[in-house]
Amino acid sequence: MTTVTTRPPSPRATGRKKRPATDGGIGRYILIRFLLIFPTIFILVSMVFWLMRTTGDPITAALGGRLGPEQLAERIQAAGYDRPIFVQYIEYLGQVFTGNFGTTISTNRPVSEILVTYGLATFELVFYALVVAFIVGIPLGMVAAYWRDKSADAFLRVFAILCYATPVFFSGLLFKLVFAVYLDVLPVSGRASTGSELQMQLLPNQTGLYTIDAILTGDPTVLGDVLEHAVLPALTLGLLTAGVFLRLVRTNVIGTLGTDYVDAARSRGVSEFRLVRKHAYRPALIPIITVIGLQIALLLGGAVLTETTFEWKGLGFMLSEFLKARDFVAVQGIVALLAVIVALSNFVVDIIAALIDPRVRY
Amino acid sequence: MTDVLTITDLGISFATDAGAVRAVDGVTLRVAPGEVLAIVGESGSGKTVTAKTILGLLPETATASGAVILSSKDGSSESNVIALSTAQLRQVRGTDVSMVFQEPSTALNPVFTVGWQIMEGIRAHGQFSRKEARKKAIEILGRVGIPDAETRVDYYPHQFSGGQKQRVVIAMALVLDPGLIVADEPTTALDVTVQAEILDLLRRCRDEFGTAIVLITHNMGVVADLADRVAVMYQGKVVEEADAQTLFRSPQNDYTKKLLAAVPHVGQGVVHAAARATARAAGWEQQAPVVVADQLRIEYPGRLGRSGFTAVDGVSFLIRPGEVLGLVGESGSGKTTIGRAIAGLTRVTGGSLTVMGHEMNGFKERAFRKFRSDIGFVFQDPASSFNPLLTIADCVAEPLVVHGRAKNAAHARPRVNELLEAVQLPRAYGDRYPHELSGGQRQRASLARALALEPPLLIADEPTSALDVSVQARVLELFAELQREFGFAALFISHDLAVVDLVADRIAVLYRGKLVEEGTSAEVLGAPKDPYTQRLLASLPVPDPAEQALRREGLRRLREAG
Amino acid sequence: MSDATVISARQKRSVWSRLPVVHQLRQSIGLQRGMLVAGLVITTLFVLTAIFAPVLAPYGFSQLRDADGAFGAQQPPGGAHPLGTTVSGYDVLSRVLWGAQTALFVIIVAVLLSIFAGVFLGLVSGYFGGWLDRILVVVSDAVYAFPSLLLAIVMSIVISGGKSNLIGGVLAAAISITVVFIPQYFRVIRAETVRIKAEAYVESARVLGAGSGRIMFRHVFRNATRTLPLIFTLNSSEAILTLAGLGFLGFGIEPTAASEWGYDLNKALSDVTSGIWWTSLFPGLAIVLVVLGITLVGESLNDLADPRLRGRRAVGQSAGIVAQTSVVPGGTLVAGPGGLGGLEGTATHPTEGLEDRP
Repeated sequence: MTTVTTRPPSPRATGRKKRPATDGGIGRYILIRFLLIFPTIFILVSMVFWLMRTTGDPITAALGGRLGPEQLAERIQAAGYDRPIFVQYIEYLGQVFTGNFGTTISTNRPVSEILVTYGLATFELVFYALVVAFIVGIPLGMVAAYWRDKSADAFLRVFAILCYATPVFFSGLLFKLVFAVYLDVLPVSGRASTGSELQMQLLPNQTGLYTIDAILTGDPTVLGDVLEHAVLPALTLGLLTAGVFLRLVRTNVIGTLGTDYVDAARSRGVSEFRLVRKHAYRPALIPIITVIGLQIALLLGGAVLTETTFEWKGLGFMLSEFLKARDFVAVQGIVALLAVIVALSNFVVDIIAALIDPRVRY
Repeated sequence: MTDVLTITDLGISFATDAGAVRAVDGVTLRVAPGEVLAIVGESGSGKTVTAKTILGLLPETATASGAVILSSKDGSSESNVIALSTAQLRQVRGTDVSMVFQEPSTALNPVFTVGWQIMEGIRAHGQFSRKEARKKAIEILGRVGIPDAETRVDYYPHQFSGGQKQRVVIAMALVLDPGLIVADEPTTALDVTVQAEILDLLRRCRDEFGTAIVLITHNMGVVADLADRVAVMYQGKVVEEADAQTLFRSPQNDYTKKLLAAVPHVGQGVVHAAARATARAAGWEQQAPVVVADQLRIEYPGRLGRSGFTAVDGVSFLIRPGEVLGLVGESGSGKTTIGRAIAGLTRVTGGSLTVMGHEMNGFKERAFRKFRSDIGFVFQDPASSFNPLLTIADCVAEPLVVHGRAKNAAHARPRVNELLEAVQLPRAYGDRYPHELSGGQRQRASLARALALEPPLLIADEPTSALDVSVQARVLELFAELQREFGFAALFISHDLAVVDLVADRIAVLYRGKLVEEGTSAEVLGAPKDPYTQRLLASLPVPDPAEQALRREGLRRLREAG
Repeated sequence: MSDATVISARQKRSVWSRLPVVHQLRQSIGLQRGMLVAGLVITTLFVLTAIFAPVLAPYGFSQLRDADGAFGAQQPPGGAHPLGTTVSGYDVLSRVLWGAQTALFVIIVAVLLSIFAGVFLGLVSGYFGGWLDRILVVVSDAVYAFPSLLLAIVMSIVISGGKSNLIGGVLAAAISITVVFIPQYFRVIRAETVRIKAEAYVESARVLGAGSGRIMFRHVFRNATRTLPLIFTLNSSEAILTLAGLGFLGFGIEPTAASEWGYDLNKALSDVTSGIWWTSLFPGLAIVLVVLGITLVGESLNDLADPRLRGRRAVGQSAGIVAQTSVVPGGTLVAGPGGLGGLEGTATHPTEGLEDRP
C-alpha cells in the first residue's frame, strides 16, 4: 500500500512562491526553475541596454570632447551606432546570446576577453570572501541563537550590524591603515607582488586563478605572497557577508527553535546544544539558503567596491576604470555578464535549497 | 505502588504585554501507574500549561511554584521537575515522562526521517548503539501500527497521513518505555474517524505498556472514551476531581455541570426539527428553492499542466426558503468549497449551481453583485473575519453602506445598535476594536453583520469550531433563535454531526467531494444508510463512559464488517 | 472615517502611544530596549546635525580659504581644523557635518519616491493578479536580484550622463536609489496584499458585494502598509550605503555642489598609504554611525513585530491575576478539522488512518 499522501494544490496559494511544488518531483522542478533563468537574463540585459542607450551613443560619450564632429560621425558609422536603435537592440541580444559583448572603446579589446581575464580574479575574491563569511557567519549565528537575549547575543548582533553598516571601502581602508601601514604585516593592494606575477606568467598553462597558478609554480614563496595579498580583500568582503549570514542564521534558528518539533525533541531529552545544532538548524537552512541566494547581488556589489579599494584587478576594478574612461560599451558588457552570473547563481542556490528539502526530493 | 506523578500546589505566572498573568493557581493532582487522568477545561483554563510543566517545557517568560514530583516507572527514583537543572531535566524527559503533541504535522521535524527522530530520543539517553537504536525504532513503529516499519523507518514525515503521523509521535513518546505520557489534545487536529483510532492506540499504550497517561482535552466525548479519572480546570484552578463514571453521572461543581450540559448530543435536535417541519405552511414545498445544486463540480486548477484537484464531484441538493441544511464532512470533503461557491468566492467548473435564481456556472462578479445583499456569510475563524483597524460598529455597518442603505457608518449606527442587540451584544461594544472582544462575542458580531441586510440566505462555515464548548452552545442557541426570528434559509457547514443536528432541518453528508447521504436529521442520524455515515456517526464519542463503551464496541464491529 | 471611530480610538488608547515607534518603545524591554534607544539617539543626532549643519560647521563644505588665507592640503588635526583638512584642502569637520545634510536629503527623496511607486504597484499587482502581476513580479525579481550598486551606477549614467552638476547630482543620486528600492517595496506590499486578500475579513467584504476600490483602500491598504516603518528604516540605511558607494566610484556629487562622505573617502584612498588617517577615518565613521543607528532602530522594530523574536519581562512569583482568556503561548485554541488555512486542502484524507489498522 502506498502511503504517499497526494497534496492537492492549495486553492489559496495565489501568491507565486519560490517554494517548489511538492507534487512534481525534483526533475520537473529543476527544469522549470532552469527555464526561468532566461526571462531574468533577458529582462536584465534589455534593461541595461535601453537604459545605457537613452543617453546617446557610447562613442560620443567616451570621445565627445576629444574628437572633432567629422571624426566622431565616422567612428559612429563604423560601429553601426547610427542605425535604428531597435535594429541595434536585436543585434545586441544576438551577440549576448553568442557570448559577444562588443569591443571596448578605450582599449579596443573584445569585452568578452576582458570578462574572462578579470572575471577569474573576481571569482577568486568572491570565493575567499564566501569562505570567510561561512566560517564566521554561520557558527556565530548559531551561537547568537543559542544565547538569545543574553549579552553574548547582543554583542554578536551589534557586531553583525557593524559588519554590514560599514561600507566595504571604509573597512578596507581601515584594514589597510592598520595592517599594511602601521603594522606593515600585509601588502597594501594588488593580487600579488610583481615578482610572483612574473613567475606565474611563465607557466605554460596559466589558469588565471592566482592561488592555483601559485601552487603550479611549486614555489612556496609565491603561494605565500598570493595568499598574503588575498587576506585583507577577502576579510573586507567576507565580513560584510558574514554580518548578513550571522543575522540570517540567528533569526531563522530562533524561529525554528520555537516550533513544536523542537519542543517535541526537547521532550524526549535531546540536549539544548544538539537542538540548535541539528533539530533547529537543518530546517532553518532551507530559508537561509534561499536568502543567501539573494545576497549574491550584495556580494557582487561589494566586490566592485572591494576591488577598487585594494586595486584587485577583477571585473569590479575594471568597471570603475571603464566608468572613469566613460567607456560604456565595456560597462554595458560587464554589467550584462554580472546579470547572467546573478541569474545562474540564483538558479544553483534554489536547486540546492530544493535538494535539502525532503518534501521536494521525495 | 507509588504514584508516577504528584503535583502539589502548582502555580504558574506568565509575563505578557499586558503585564503578569497567573495561568495556574494552586493545582494539586496525582496519577497512579497505568492510570489515565484527563484534565478537562476550556481555553485559558491552564490545562496545557500544567501539562507542559510536567516535562519542564515552560517558556522562559513563565515562573512556577509548588512541586511536581515525577517517579520513574520502576519506582527507583523520584525528582521534582520544577527544581531540576537543565541536565537533570534531560535525563527525566523521554525516560520517565514523554509527550504527545496536538498537531502531529508540526510535532515532526520535516527535514529528518522519522527513524532518525525516534533514534535521537533513544540516543539522547546514551544506552544504545546506532544499530540497536534503529532496531528499537523499527520495533516501536510496528507496535503503534505502522505497517512495513522496516521500510517506513526511513520515510520523511510528509510521506505519512495525519493519523499515521500521530502514531509516529506516540511511538516516539513510547520508545524508552516511560511511566507517564502527557498527551496534549492528541486528537483535536484529527478527523473524528481517525480520532477513534488514536484513542484506541492510547488505550493500548496503557494496557500493553502499562503507561500512565495525562490526557489534556476540551472534548468531553474523548474523556468519556479514555479517562479513568477526570480533573476539571477552570481559570487556573482544579474545580472538581472524580473518577470518570462519577463525574459524568453526578457532577458536583456548577461549572462542571454547565460544561457537561453545553456538550451537544446527537439526537437532541431531532424533536425540534420535526416540530418545525410540521409547523410549515402547506405548499411550502412548492416554493422556489433559494439554492439548487445539480451535479455540481468544482475543480481547482493544477499548476503548469499538472492535473487539477477535484474538491466537489457531482453534488446535487437544494435549500428551500426558511430551511436549514446542515452540511457535514471531514477535512477534504469539499464542504467549505460548496459554501464558498454559493457565495461566489470560488468558481464553479461543472454542473449547475443556482443561487436566488442566478446561475453560478460562468459567474460574473458584476452581474452577481446585486444578489450579494441576499446572502449573509459567517466565517469560521472569528479572529480574522474582522478588519483589525475598524471598530465593530464600522464592520457591521459595512453591508449597509456598500448597498447604499446608509450614507456612512455613522448614519448606519442606529441600525447597527439594533443588530448588536439582536445578537445580544451591548451597544457600547460597537465602539470596540475586534481584538477587544472574545471569540464568542466576535462570532455574534459576525452574525450581526451577516444579517444586517436581512438576507433570505445565510451561509455559516464552521461558525463554532473555533469556540469553546460553552460558548459554542450559546452561539448555536442564538443562531436558532435568529433563524426563527428572521426566517432565513441557511447552509450550516460543520465537521461535527452533533452540532449540525442541533440546528439543521435536513443533513447532507459529504465524503471526498461526493454527497453520500442526504435526508432529514431523523433519517440521517437515526438510521444512516451509507457505510461512511454509519462509521462517522459511530466514531463520534459521546460524553458518557458507559454508553461510549458500547459505541466503541459497535464501531469495532462496523470496522470489521467494512 | 466615521466620527465613532475617532472618538473610540481616543478613548481606548491615546494616539501618542499608538504612533509607530513610540508604541514599540513602550513594548520593548531589556537589551532590545537598549538597542532601540541607542538607535533612536544616534538617528536623532544625525537628523539634528543635518538640519543644523550650517550652524554647526565651522566652514562651508566647499570653502578652501578664510580670512587667514588658504587652509592648506592634508593638514593634521588641530588648531583651526580640529579634524584636519583633505587632500583638496577642505576642512574635514565641516565636510563631515555638511555630509549629513546631503545624506538626509537623499534618503528622504529616495525613500518617499520609492514608497509611492512601490506601494501603488504592489497593491494593484497583488490585488488584481493576472498577467500584469506576473510580469511585474518577474521584472521586480530580476531587478531585486541584481546588485543594487550597479543598477544605481547605470541609473546615474542615464540621469546625469555620469557627470554631476549642482542640485542635479543630488537628485540623480536620489532617483538612482529610488529605482533600486521600488522592487523592494513592491515585493513586500504585494506579498502582504496577497496574504490579506485571503484573510476572512477581505473575503467577507467581497461577499458583501463591496467594490474592488473600496476593498483595496478600506480593507487591504491600511493593513498591508503596517510594515512600512520597518522597511523604511532598513532602506534608509541602504540608501546611505548606496549613495556613499556611488560617491566612492566617482558617481556622486562634486565637492562644490554638496558634501558627500563617499566622495571624500574616494579622495582619501591614496592618503592611507602614506599614513594620513584623518581624511578617511571621519567621513567613514560618519557613515558607519548613521547606518548603525538607523539599522538598530530597524532591527529592533523588526524583532518587536515578530512575536517569536520579541523578549518579554520575566515575572515574579504569584504575580498577576488569573487570566480570563487564553494567554498561553501555543494556546489551547481549538481548531476544527479543515481549520483556518486548511480549506479542505490538508494532506489528511479521512480514511487513510482506517486502512492502517494494526
